[in-house]
Amino acid sequence: MAGQALIDIRGLFKAFGDNEVLRGIDLAVRNGETMVVLGPSGCGKSVLLKHIIGLMKPDGGSIVVEGREITRLARGELSNLRMRFGMVFQGAALFDSMTVGANVGLPLVEHHRTRGSELDRLVEEKLEMVGLSGTAHLWPSELSGGMKKRVALARAIALDPDVILYDEPTTGLDPVMAEQINELIRSTQKKLNATSVVVTHDLHSACFTGDRVALMDDGRIAFEGTTDELTTTENEAVRTFIARGRRRLPGEREADSSRDRFGLL
Amino acid sequence: MTSSSVTARRNHGGFGTGLFRTLGGNALELVTEVGAAGLLLWRSSLALRKFGRSVPLVVEQMRRIGVDSLPLVIITAVFTGAVTAVQAAYQLKEFVPKIYLGVAIYKSVTIELGPVLTALVVGGRVSASIAAELGTMRVTEQIDAMDAMAIDPVRYLVMPRIVAALIMLPIVTIFADVLAISGGFVVANLSLDVSVKTFVEGMKLYFFPHDVLGGLLKAFVFGGIIAVMGCTAGLRTFGGAVGVGRAATRAVVASCVLILISDYVLATLLFKVIFGEA
Repeated sequence: MAGQALIDIRGLFKAFGDNEVLRGIDLAVRNGETMVVLGPSGCGKSVLLKHIIGLMKPDGGSIVVEGREITRLARGELSNLRMRFGMVFQGAALFDSMTVGANVGLPLVEHHRTRGSELDRLVEEKLEMVGLSGTAHLWPSELSGGMKKRVALARAIALDPDVILYDEPTTGLDPVMAEQINELIRSTQKKLNATSVVVTHDLHSACFTGDRVALMDDGRIAFEGTTDELTTTENEAVRTFIARGRRRLPGEREADSSRDRFGLL
Repeated sequence: MTSSSVTARRNHGGFGTGLFRTLGGNALELVTEVGAAGLLLWRSSLALRKFGRSVPLVVEQMRRIGVDSLPLVIITAVFTGAVTAVQAAYQLKEFVPKIYLGVAIYKSVTIELGPVLTALVVGGRVSASIAAELGTMRVTEQIDAMDAMAIDPVRYLVMPRIVAALIMLPIVTIFADVLAISGGFVVANLSLDVSVKTFVEGMKLYFFPHDVLGGLLKAFVFGGIIAVMGCTAGLRTFGGAVGVGRAATRAVVASCVLILISDYVLATLLFKVIFGEA
């Protein structure tokens, strides 16, 4: 599964005023893998993700995607690169003035000039992939939180991207819905064979969806390794993060051996 | 000196300093906003290269900016014309024959009142609406989502609004001019006993096409100001619901101030320099 580094981030630095959010991030995401960036809320995971797709400009460092430094790309070149990416935002970020179908179809209309019955067919196909067949006529305001995330995923995969970025995909969802989203991330990765980067503070989601995990701590990557290595490492930042996670969930869930491969919860 | 008088003097100084700080801050904010608007206008003009793909978006915005504003414009225009007739009759009754009532109403409406009042009422409605819409999209990451999909928000959201406003403001102003002159005529006819013939002959007496053209050129510029200031405030929104409210206020204030300033500049440029009317 693991191959060449598709995304190579070196010494990434970003500050907002006096607040240094990223303080020299080094991270390599290999072709075809699902890399999970784990860390507590507010540690800068979403900021890192927005840098990967060029929504933010770094103060220092480099982000190389397939050998091209994206911080130096012209607007047109960046657009071409973004067409190969799909991103699921934390709050879904659906266009609330459009129906579900129009949301999913927008990239197809804008980039492939798809129209009419072909557009309807493709939209329905993407909605079916996320288990929301027959919802194209609904408005975002009529959807639950989990459904919004799934529509956001359908929109993100509309152009069959090579890379899918997930920003806190399970945040704000109940445990059952969070589990469905985790399974959807895995199944989408298998169907599209896309490289995925998932940022989350949810340890269970990280272990379920990821091939490799990087832990962000104090603006840097404190640990990088496989999900197996995450459970066995003596890395202090990892142990502290896991211990905090355990304290947050005082026996409220039994470990489900069929899903929780690492007995972390 | 008693402690209360010291406190009073401090408060007085604090109020003065605070007032200047607020005024200075607002002025600086307006200048920053105008600078950002200039950049946005430039990026929108570059986006015109893909205008063909944006025609449906422009048509939709023309409906929202122009057609949906018509009820407000109709009320404003009719009563503006009526008040102009009453005021003109009152000011001129001792000195000027009634035949000049028509020309007074026509000139004041087409050159000044039609374009400026229409721009102010449409601007208040439209710039706040645009700023709130784009501001909400900004704070809910919808604009980031658009960017992430390689859809340029300037091409998709901003350019259609500016083009639609540039087209619709002159059209709405023509409606306003006709309605205001009609309103003025009704009042002149019913209350001041001015006949149709007298009113129309008065209008013909000093009719110059460049009066109408100048008014419509003003409306064209005002349309651009309304849309670009609304879009600028919307795209620069931060800070959730409070930020969206602030953006809408900033858009309306900036639009109105710039409409009034540019009205003076355009009046000087058009009627003194270009059309040679002092």
